[in-house]
Amino acid sequence: MTTATAQLGRLEHTMVRSPGFWGMMLLIATEAALFAYLLFSYFYLASMATSPWPPDGPPKLDLVLPNTGLLLLSSGSMYWAESGIRSGRTARLRVGLLITLVLGAIFLTIQGIEYSKKTFSPTTHAYGSLFFTITGFHGAHVFAGLLMIAVITVRAFLGHFRQGAHEAVTNVSWYWHFVDLVWLCVFTSLYLSPHFG
Amino acid sequence: MATVAPPLPTAAQDQRLRRIWETKPGLFGFFGTVDHKKIGKRYLVTSLVFLLLGGAEAAVMRLQLAHSNQHLVTPEQYNQLFTMHGVTMIFWYAAPVLSGFSNFLWPLLIGSRDMAFPRLNAYSYWTFLLSGLFLYSSVLVGQSPDGGWFAYVPLTGSAFSPGLNLDFYALALLFLTISATVGAINFIVTLFKLRAPGMSINRIPIFMWGTLTNSFSILFALPALSVACVMLYLDRRFGTHFFDAAAGGHPLLWQHLFWIFGHPWVYIVVLPAMGIVSDALPTFCRRPLVGYTAVALATVTTGILGFGVWVHHMFATGLPPLALSFFSAASFAITIPSAIAVFAWIATIWTGRPVIRTSFLFMAGFIVLFVIGGVSGVATAAASFDQQLTDTYFVVAHLHYVLIGINLFGVAAGVYYWFPKMTGRMLDERLGRWNFWTMFLGFNLGFFPMHISGLLGMPRRVYTYPAGLGWDTVNLITTVGAFLFAVGVLLLIANLVRSRLTGAAAGPNPWDGPTLEWAISSPPPPYNFAVIPTVGSRHPLWEDRLKEGARTVLAEGPTLDQEKTTLETSPLDAVLTDVLRMPEDSLYPVLHAVGLTAVFYGLLIRSTALSLVGGILVLALTIGWLWPARRELEAES
Repeated sequence: MTTATAQLGRLEHTMVRSPGFWGMMLLIATEAALFAYLLFSYFYLASMATSPWPPDGPPKLDLVLPNTGLLLLSSGSMYWAESGIRSGRTARLRVGLLITLVLGAIFLTIQGIEYSKKTFSPTTHAYGSLFFTITGFHGAHVFAGLLMIAVITVRAFLGHFRQGAHEAVTNVSWYWHFVDLVWLCVFTSLYLSPHFG
Repeated sequence: MATVAPPLPTAAQDQRLRRIWETKPGLFGFFGTVDHKKIGKRYLVTSLVFLLLGGAEAAVMRLQLAHSNQHLVTPEQYNQLFTMHGVTMIFWYAAPVLSGFSNFLWPLLIGSRDMAFPRLNAYSYWTFLLSGLFLYSSVLVGQSPDGGWFAYVPLTGSAFSPGLNLDFYALALLFLTISATVGAINFIVTLFKLRAPGMSINRIPIFMWGTLTNSFSILFALPALSVACVMLYLDRRFGTHFFDAAAGGHPLLWQHLFWIFGHPWVYIVVLPAMGIVSDALPTFCRRPLVGYTAVALATVTTGILGFGVWVHHMFATGLPPLALSFFSAASFAITIPSAIAVFAWIATIWTGRPVIRTSFLFMAGFIVLFVIGGVSGVATAAASFDQQLTDTYFVVAHLHYVLIGINLFGVAAGVYYWFPKMTGRMLDERLGRWNFWTMFLGFNLGFFPMHISGLLGMPRRVYTYPAGLGWDTVNLITTVGAFLFAVGVLLLIANLVRSRLTGAAAGPNPWDGPTLEWAISSPPPPYNFAVIPTVGSRHPLWEDRLKEGARTVLAEGPTLDQEKTTLETSPLDAVLTDVLRMPEDSLYPVLHAVGLTAVFYGLLIRSTALSLVGGILVLALTIGWLWPARRELEAES
């Protein structure tokens, strides 16, 4: 195929991205809109509330603060893995992906623990419905991201990726960074903003 | 007039390319094809079936309303009829029919061999079909959605609607959003990556600007509907309180989310149809479109402004005057880009030498109805006027002028224009004239009097009305007109069926059209272009007579006849960047869509087991779908 492109007088661009990458960016765009509408719903009902919001006072930060740090760390390990394969370091890719998998799984576990400690449920009041739906949507995205990472981890161990041939890793890493970025928005809106109210 | 002779592939070349691109016959080929032309035609046929279903529902309603105090249907049946009519027409006809055109035409217009993601393309069709079947399976249990197409809470909450009706609604729409979203991503990536070399972004047809804008609108607007439907489903089945005022929720949250999605959706279902007119009209006027750049920019502007007008659907809900003023002003502003398009079309006709064929008649009708629907739209954009007319037949008249006028008439024009390309046969012109005039006269006879019944105070969605209100005559006229219009639509179907079998042979370019799809045979071969063209202007086939000095090269260039490949170019200037390997036919899309169907039925009947089985199937199929084929790994090593 490279000979074909050479014959056609291919113009070498430094930043040519594959259709798959474009597809992932557009998926991220529409998912970002999804979370924007979820947070819009949160602030809309908060602004319309006639009783205290949140009803049980601002959420505690003891678990979520370290958990947020954990998720940010996983973005770091993902970057480390992806930049590794960009320079052809397969071992670094494998280790980085495994670290990311573990950090993501711990994040979900701690979120589960936090859920079990809540004094309200999704059916207690509208705030509860919002809290569990928004964090639940995010958790589902973390889970989806972990499934993607699991698949590319298997592929990394099968030796599918090398320098210049790691599109799936790059796309999954973008998705993972996006999921982390969304968490910062969710965290700021649901956990921090009530403390400033 | 002299046209550039379409380059014919040699027999050997044709054979080589066919072996690579042709879908295998048999069941595997039927379910596994990823050919955008087959998918596009399936989209068109399926959405026309939904058009007929929605039309049949409307016909029953018009019989019921023809006279006061009738009892042809019960109130509950009537509720289901108008809801299914609206939902079918807006979601399963109006947008998918345009996807059908886009799917069929997109690669042909840009000189490509297929879409960027052919399997996703097949997937968007299967999910569209199965979500529609999911919706219509509600008829089998007699519990179709009955809360109107915008399903306002609290009426649609479990307290007032305990049955499965609104669960079908919420889940079917969620299912459909998957189809629309993957379709939109596919159109955007294809447009930006797969155009033939030389087809810079200012040389694409306006139809593509319409679908591009519509695709971005889908990506940013549909999630609002998804969120709303998830909340509705959770409120109904799991006892959450998003819309429950007693527990801190708010019914207006539904309306905000629905219309944040809903108004962009109006432009989603009209912008590509406007694009069809912008591209087909010049062919019949024998000159390029007046104001290409202005119309392209107006299209994008309309799409963007479309996100800032949603509250004009909520003028009567008691929002603060400041909000009403803002959204009223925004609604006035959006008429400006629409007017740019209308004036461009009029100028094209005015300065051209119109050839009056059926397609041209539908486009002329389109412009007339657009103006009438636009004027009643400006009227309802004025908050004070709207508050008098909300939920009356005036609004029904307005929305039908917009949706039938700017969607269905544009679609009919597009069908008459591109049917020869799709099938190799011409539609019958004589039947076409009958078709147009019955539709046009029937439509105006049926829907114009609705303005009057609305001004007389007749509310929408009432299953009957008492005598003596002065509504009988207008309603009878509306019913007569609606049936005349229905006859017109059936004439269109009759023409399609008859001409498919016995129509005159079309040849590659029956209308002497200017764009790339007319450079290849009708119907196009499976590989579209034997030689990937190098585009030199907006009107590759009119370059001789336009004398702009541009030169499109159709006969020489890459043939790519060794492997299933197409060219990748840069997003704006269309400079060659790569050769892309395209996927083979595959059963993953249809099986994945079936798995999703199981998930949604599981959610409907609250069977965790069914949803889980479907979910695991979907997961396994996703991994299999994305797992690289052996040759890809070998190619990379």
